[in-house]
Amino acid sequence: MKDTSLSVATPNPSLTSGKQKLALAVAGLGVLLLLIAWASGHAFSPLLLLLTSLGLMSAGVWLFVREEYLRRPEGIKNNGVWFKSLSARGVWGWLAAIVLTGFYTVLYFFPEGWLGGLTQVFDPLSRGLRKMPADKWFVYGSLYTFSILALGVKFIYKYRHNRYQLLRTVSVMFFQLGFAYLIPAFLQLMQQPEYYFTYFWPLKDYYGSPSAVRYYGSATSISVYFIVFSALMTFVATPVLTYFFGKRWYCSWVCGCGGLAETAGDPFRHLSDKSLRAWRIERWMIHSVLVAVVLLTGLLWLNSWQKGGVLGSFSQTYSTVYGYLIGMAFSGVVGVGFYPLMGSRVWCRFGCPMAAILGIFQKKKSKFRITTNGGQCISCGNCSTYCEMGIDVRHYAQRGQDVVRASCVGCGICAAVCPRGVLRLEGASADVGQRTQATRTVHIKLEDVKIL
Amino acid sequence: MKIVILGNGIAGITAARHIRKMSDHEIVVVSDESDYFFSRTALMYIYMGHLRFKDTQPYEPWFWEKNRIQRLRARVERVDFQEKKLHSTTGETITYDKLLLAVGSKSNKFGWPGQDLEGVHGLYHLQDLEAMERHTPGLERAVVVGGGLIGVEMAEMFHSRGIEVAFLVREPDFWSIVLPPEESRMVSRHLRAHHIDLRLQTELKEIMPDTSGKKCAAVVTNTGETIGCGFVGLTVGVSPNIGFLKNTELETQRGILVNEFLETNIPDVFAAGDCAELRQPSPGRRAIEAVWYTGRMMGETAAHNIVGESRPQFYNPGIWFNSAKFFDIEYQVYGDVQAKLPDEQATLYWEHPDGYKSIRLNYDKSSRRVVGFNLMGVRYRHEVCDKWLRTHAHIEEVLQHLGLANFDPEFYPQHEAELVRLYNRQTGRDLQLKQRRGLEAVLAFLK
Repeated sequence: MKDTSLSVATPNPSLTSGKQKLALAVAGLGVLLLLIAWASGHAFSPLLLLLTSLGLMSAGVWLFVREEYLRRPEGIKNNGVWFKSLSARGVWGWLAAIVLTGFYTVLYFFPEGWLGGLTQVFDPLSRGLRKMPADKWFVYGSLYTFSILALGVKFIYKYRHNRYQLLRTVSVMFFQLGFAYLIPAFLQLMQQPEYYFTYFWPLKDYYGSPSAVRYYGSATSISVYFIVFSALMTFVATPVLTYFFGKRWYCSWVCGCGGLAETAGDPFRHLSDKSLRAWRIERWMIHSVLVAVVLLTGLLWLNSWQKGGVLGSFSQTYSTVYGYLIGMAFSGVVGVGFYPLMGSRVWCRFGCPMAAILGIFQKKKSKFRITTNGGQCISCGNCSTYCEMGIDVRHYAQRGQDVVRASCVGCGICAAVCPRGVLRLEGASADVGQRTQATRTVHIKLEDVKIL
Repeated sequence: MKIVILGNGIAGITAARHIRKMSDHEIVVVSDESDYFFSRTALMYIYMGHLRFKDTQPYEPWFWEKNRIQRLRARVERVDFQEKKLHSTTGETITYDKLLLAVGSKSNKFGWPGQDLEGVHGLYHLQDLEAMERHTPGLERAVVVGGGLIGVEMAEMFHSRGIEVAFLVREPDFWSIVLPPEESRMVSRHLRAHHIDLRLQTELKEIMPDTSGKKCAAVVTNTGETIGCGFVGLTVGVSPNIGFLKNTELETQRGILVNEFLETNIPDVFAAGDCAELRQPSPGRRAIEAVWYTGRMMGETAAHNIVGESRPQFYNPGIWFNSAKFFDIEYQVYGDVQAKLPDEQATLYWEHPDGYKSIRLNYDKSSRRVVGFNLMGVRYRHEVCDKWLRTHAHIEEVLQHLGLANFDPEFYPQHEAELVRLYNRQTGRDLQLKQRRGLEAVLAFLK
């Protein structure tokens, strides 16, 4: 079947107002300044350049979204999503995917010097925050955090009528800025080892490795607590929090990968594949990565215990390959680079081992579910379409069945876009044992039809 | 046995699915409209760019092969009930052992001059949407006639593409033959906030052609005004699409007459959905209810009776419910809420100060049993409301536990306590809200 919109009118949204054109120009100028510094490999007056560039980009985004969303009454803003080139895999979408993929490839696989100009721009910020020269990872972290903040503000304007979306977005912005950016920088300023309090094993496979334990165990007087914290988060907090709230406590409220997906990735959420085939591939892939990382950590510990006696250099080679394939190529290059082609959660859905573990808990032992409202579903497909994880929410909603899916990150957008008020994210312990059964169906006649 | 289902809308497809669940009979679904079942109510979202056509299809193409539901694209123009044969416009014949007529509706036209001009359309079929698309390039203003559910959808569709909409509504407020006055006024207000040119108490008199004489160019209203437009949406209701079945031995009035088992007067022929007219509707219900939900329930009932292995199933639609969305305002109704409050009923109506949310509870004056819920911009739980209505719960019992019904997203403000206070003020009682929103209590209540 032809995979296009029915539209023959090519409703190219030329509705952009004068103010929005100005806003685009302002933001574009900010981006251009960074590009010039990058291309020339040399930043003239870095501090001024940085402030001007970030200032212009912020102002541009802010002006644009105010004009876009405040001009209209609050509500769902999906008009033209499938008509716009950027959000419907048109020229702009492909271009964005190529640029993003290219940027990540350079970042991960090319020498430091390739980002020299950009590094110079961020140098004053790095010295100010942590009294260290900038490197490419600092540049990346800064741009990443900036994206979550700027586009988080956009998301808040877009969903200003929805308090769940509002709080969730403030939360990811807060955790990214504080826990994944300022605190690690502050640790370095205090001569402590860099540590991210929002990433745990197995997503951050290094934190579970013997070398990390050795390093943090002895680096400074307090760094040993980082490892204790990390282990507690993985083995205690993860099951407990997931039991009460579902995996969303992490994936759509705290995690930085999720943070970027929910803010910068929001315009692409509908591009995730909803087919049964995609679901099959997803289950194979994500659990394979989980097995791979468990194996990785196991091998590293075995090797460390045997002092290299049994496995020789195998575990190290395995670790390097995992790092390249999963840590860099999959989670980085594909994970973000493919936003405009496969939706914002490619990594979270097909790769993230943390999501896999959280998913198993969510499916087997959690109060969380999305309930559906009796017989009110009209099978329109908004919920499924706007599910970034590719869950066919409608399949459950039209049967009046609770949605309990390992992959659901609890973003709540399905419930927001539902035009009939059919979906609600909630939790209860009452029927926690049998809730995944397919026959837990509240039927259309509600009382007197036997479930078939 | 070969079962042929005419029509692949919600009634026909629900029947096909349930027949397959219960039996191994041969199933053929015949449709002229589309290859695959899609959600008719979602057509607007395709035009607005929220969804692609394929996103409105609840089942992937493999579903039909896997479940051995044959699909046949054909337009049936004649049914030979004696020979049990369908005749298509292309000369094909399709035989059946049992037949389900689920042929849906067509948009009403009331004989206005110019109603058959180009650019004059209703919105029901996929082909109507295609017509809207065809007329959209260069379209500056559209006139939508008829203040009901489809009219407001059409207004929102054009509005989403930056096309001016003049919305002619015969009643003093939007859909005020169904909505109580406060809710009706709320929607009118909201439409105007979206810059819809809402013309209340205005009727269509005539549609004027352009210079070619073929295409619409303007409408004339009963107030004598002429409104130029390149498209006229006629959304003044629908009626059963049974023209090709008239003057056969099949008994029809406005729709195909069926008994409580959805059987027509002809053996082995059933009807379900928009096109079916119940000979004896249950009390308080209409003989024809052209809504998605009743189509689904009828499809399921018909499936039982077509397979016919268990005892016959009554069509029992239960307590009335419906829902819609008027631009940004969601609407849900459970039970009996009439535009004009019957004398024996009292109403408790709360409206948010921002004017875009309301909760209404209607109850019987003498018995004080709750009879209906009407919600605007607030979501209530179907199962909870349904149980209260079925069990004729007392208004004070309901009010004190009203939180059970709240289905709004987490962190949304809960307004149930305000309703209790309002009730106390109106009646001099001193009730307290005992139950706030939450699934745990709901599951206990529904047990």
